[in-house]
Amino acid sequence: MPLRSILAAAALLAGHVLAAGQPATARELTIVSWGGPYQEALAQIYFRPFTHETGIPIIEDSWSGGIGVLRAKVESGDNPWDLVQVESEELSIGCEEGLFEKIDWPKIGGRDHYLPQGVADCGVGAIQYNFILAWDRDKFQGTPTWADFWDVAKYPGKRGLRRGPKMNLEFSLLADGVAPGDVYKTLRSEGGVNRAFVKLDQLKPYLVWWQLSPQAAQLLGSGEVLMTSSVNGRITAVNRNEHRNFGIQWAGSLYTVDSWAIMKGSPNQQAALKFLNFAGNPQIEARLLPILPYGGLAKGANDSLTPEVLADSPTNPAHLAQALEIDDQFWRDNLDKLTQRFNAWIAR
Amino acid sequence: MRLRGGTSAALLAAPLLLFLILCFALPLGWLLAQAVRDDALAPALPRTLAALRDWDGKDLPEEPAFAALATDLGEARQDGTLGRAAARLNDEIAGLHGTLLATARALDQPHQGSARDILRNADPAWGRLDSWMAIRRAAGPFTSARLLASLDLRRDDAGKLHRMPPDQAVFRLVLRRTLATAGLVTGLCLLAGFPLAGLLAGLPPRRAGWLLVLVLLPLWSGVLVRTASWMVLLARDGLVNRALIALHLRDQPLPLLYGGFAVTLAMVHILLPFMILPLYAAMRQIPPSQLRAAASLGAGPVRGFLRVWLPQTAPGIGAGGLLVFIQALGFYVTPALLGGGADQMLPWFITYYANESADRGMAAALSVLLLAVVGMLAAAWVRLVGLGAARPA
Repeated sequence: MPLRSILAAAALLAGHVLAAGQPATARELTIVSWGGPYQEALAQIYFRPFTHETGIPIIEDSWSGGIGVLRAKVESGDNPWDLVQVESEELSIGCEEGLFEKIDWPKIGGRDHYLPQGVADCGVGAIQYNFILAWDRDKFQGTPTWADFWDVAKYPGKRGLRRGPKMNLEFSLLADGVAPGDVYKTLRSEGGVNRAFVKLDQLKPYLVWWQLSPQAAQLLGSGEVLMTSSVNGRITAVNRNEHRNFGIQWAGSLYTVDSWAIMKGSPNQQAALKFLNFAGNPQIEARLLPILPYGGLAKGANDSLTPEVLADSPTNPAHLAQALEIDDQFWRDNLDKLTQRFNAWIAR
Repeated sequence: MRLRGGTSAALLAAPLLLFLILCFALPLGWLLAQAVRDDALAPALPRTLAALRDWDGKDLPEEPAFAALATDLGEARQDGTLGRAAARLNDEIAGLHGTLLATARALDQPHQGSARDILRNADPAWGRLDSWMAIRRAAGPFTSARLLASLDLRRDDAGKLHRMPPDQAVFRLVLRRTLATAGLVTGLCLLAGFPLAGLLAGLPPRRAGWLLVLVLLPLWSGVLVRTASWMVLLARDGLVNRALIALHLRDQPLPLLYGGFAVTLAMVHILLPFMILPLYAAMRQIPPSQLRAAASLGAGPVRGFLRVWLPQTAPGIGAGGLLVFIQALGFYVTPALLGGGADQMLPWFITYYANESADRGMAAALSVLLLAVVGMLAAAWVRLVGLGAARPA
């Protein structure tokens, strides 16, 4: 049937010409995430199935964060990005500065479809990850708390923490007996920061500092430290891939959420919302966890998990109940000053 | 055509001069400019800065300044310059970032009355004198604040210099530590390198050549590789500790890693060839017959060494010492991987400000500090010891 194929080709061509005539919608939906194995997992679970189901093609790009990058994209007036995965701080700053579109929540199932920490004016929660206390079960029986982390008399050995004030001040207060709900209230109050530094100072001779997240698991694996703070994903990955027996203490852990945000003026807002609707399906979100231990934010994403996978899920309700969300507002206002103070303290 | 001597020399040197300007003077100037630049507020708050120019700073500014700020905030929000200005003001007073964004948002809502009331309703910070002083301090276009901060100093509103409070003072201590570490490493390199270079200089050239290859061999692998290999050796379950335990010299592993010991050891290892080579070159120049001549004139071996041989190695000590010391001042990777919290040197902080906190100005200010210190020390060293290699033997 040569005639039909010629017609089909002509129709295709016409479609292309028409599309080219409307530059605002000509571009295909461009989704930007963190690259690497994580983005490969996203492509496997979300991007390719979405295109398969809806016929909407996706162009992938990757970035490594930074509010300045987003500002530059919007200011350029010719922003090739539609949907971007951002950290919570970029989300709140970008939303206040008008770099993102407001999310049309009714179109993607409403705010109640998600856990509260995954809901923002400009963002839909993509993944949650926790900063936890980790230890090697082969070397330490039991389940240490932050108070045990500080108790070097009872449990001799070095401790690993991430170099910087963020999270360590929170952990110090938790170890000092502050209730999780009062941690940021205490840090904002007169003398609260001092109290955290005093507590941190007690541990100073026993501390080994890590800077990049693989270092934490490495310190633990080599026996250099007895316990360390870490991102939960690293510990689970080492357990799964290197068959280690590392434990994760979810009580007193700090969590943060990476979100999807639609760039201001994106011509593909409708397609982006369709994608968010697809990606927010709890059954689909549940497929990410067996590959990479980042928690889904749609309610019910944990319901169909096997017990082993559920034990590693940051949004497991049992874990969530004991965890505390990092207060971005506090850190945005105070990070520079507290980093200076931290650096002065650590150099002494 | 024949050129006169001076002109042709200048022409011959022109490529070098051009190279120096392009690769040294220009980047240096750019660095210094980064350190003193303060241009976040000007594009966002032009009217406010103009309105505050004649303000005495004693009481809250008058209504025109409030009105100017309201107009500026609205426009800055539209053209995207608000974020950088807000971040800059937050350096002055923690919390002003939020104040600026919240005020700009409130101005989007319908409002009426004097600008003064509108702003103060949007955020009470606008009723405080120090918020306005912060704007004036951050007005730019230049600031000495970062260069002063790199010396743990700050200037108050009256222009007087003060020391940073102890809990914020860090860079003098770090600078002292950087110099002490580099000095210690240089001294140890000299101690370890001097006998070896002496031995090499005394050997027949063929055998000395082979041994020199062994000295240079470590340079074939990167600094990172050599640093990482020390991690393998010194770790808690590393080779050194396992050997100590296997030999029953210790029951418990020694904490060798993540401290000054590991940093110094690895830096000496990495920098040793740069000490040995100039020493060897200088020693090679000393005719062996001189020591025999000294002996024949009645000097014992010690006296001959001290009076005849040692002074002639000074150029090698000078060149090697300078080479090792200046390189040690710039070490980043080795302390970062092998050191503890208190072992980090100035380059660590430069990297931190450039990469992690994205405060390029502070990174530039610290670089200027390091550069100034290196320049002064190098000049003093050259005066005291001489450049050695540059001097005909």
